Amino acid sequence: MLDKNGIAKRIAKEVKDGYYVNLGIGIPTLVANFVRDDISVEFQSENGVLGMGPFPFEGDEDPDIINAGKQTITTLPGASFFDSATSFAMIRGKHVHLTILGAMEVSENGDIANWKIPGKMVKGMGGAMDLVASAENIIVAMMHTNRDGESKLLKRCTLPLTGVGCVKKIVTNLAVLEVTEDGFKLLERAPGVSVDVIVKATEGKLIVEGEIPEMNI
Amino acid sequence: MIKKTVANVQQALHGVKDGMTFMLGGFGLCGIPENAIAELVRLGIKDITCISNNAGVDDFGLGLLLQKHQIKKMISSYVGENDEFERQMLSGELEVELTPQGTLAEKCRAAQAGFPAFYTPAGYGTEVAEGKETREFDGKMYVLEPAFKADFSFVKAWKGDEAGNLIFKGTARNFNPCMCGAATITVAEVEELLPAGSLDPNEIHIPGIFVQRIFQGEKYEKRIEQRTVRPII
Repeated sequence: MLDKNGIAKRIAKEVKDGYYVNLGIGIPTLVANFVRDDISVEFQSENGVLGMGPFPFEGDEDPDIINAGKQTITTLPGASFFDSATSFAMIRGKHVHLTILGAMEVSENGDIANWKIPGKMVKGMGGAMDLVASAENIIVAMMHTNRDGESKLLKRCTLPLTGVGCVKKIVTNLAVLEVTEDGFKLLERAPGVSVDVIVKATEGKLIVEGEIPEMNI
Repeated sequence: MIKKTVANVQQALHGVKDGMTFMLGGFGLCGIPENAIAELVRLGIKDITCISNNAGVDDFGLGLLLQKHQIKKMISSYVGENDEFERQMLSGELEVELTPQGTLAEKCRAAQAGFPAFYTPAGYGTEVAEGKETREFDGKMYVLEPAFKADFSFVKAWKGDEAGNLIFKGTARNFNPCMCGAATITVAEVEELLPAGSLDPNEIHIPGIFVQRIFQGEKYEKRIEQRTVRPII
């Protein structure tokens, strides 16, 4: 079974040379730490920066340079700043190649819910609805089950939706899955996790074809 | 040259009234019009509708207007980090309209550019699209979103000149350029106000035609919301 860093490490393998990538808050942010350093990748933050670098050293924080999580950041050579409409033109216009974000629930047809729990404080969707509605290539980083052991990969989402039919790939603590027309297709198992465990943890339709390889991370 | 300078924040906010709709630039506390907000608090006008990506924190940014119960309605994409906001929203004192961030930016830009509405894929199939017109283009579904209408835009830039030309810094740019010229009157406050001719026309982010009033802010606190640093190894 993978921890959060393990999930991020596996997702980092999906980041290819020449990609512009938008990382959501949480596990997705960790992905930047594991991207190979022999490929060229630029990270976009929807508040208006492309070419995001690591956090600054103490004393170098600039209140005018933050990421979408409102954290102080730095920029790398080749970086650019732009306004919010331009930022979402990059996203809506499919110029950003890959979006990695977290989810509370995903359904077997690729619906995603990650912004609202009825009865609890609603903080808002931020840029999540724009990202999931537009991106061609969306990878969801999430835990396979909730704290009570209930599946978060469902037939249908129970929470209010962020987007419909948009998720293509999911990396959880247990598996890598592809969303197909017929349901979740199991691609890889996390180290030491059996197919049986994944079947039991998946409420939505799970397609298991042939031998399922273990993740190579 | 058409001069846009006003002497101070009081003159810049001349004409603001109870019940008006304001656009306010900024992302979190980054690039917010600190001086205009302070003056709105001082004036004590009420029943304001605020179009702003976020709602500040308890004791800074739009949180200052919330403390004084001056805001009737917030139109935002994300409103966490603010306890007073949460209290007013849950008690029904404050009306909140949550809008996807890209849609929020484009509703400003559409108002600036003279488009009455636009189609976006964001929110299709979700509660955001309820009651809205939808349409299919090339096999994909889109939601019709109207442009915003506002009385004043309050934006913050790094440098500006007497003609109202603006240059922004870093990610403090965010929603500010989209809100220029998107309301009846755009008020720009800048850290540094320069004579016309001081800024290179090639470097201008927002031409002065989109700005009615410009003034130099008295002071900027520029509070950092999440100070994050890298360990020295």
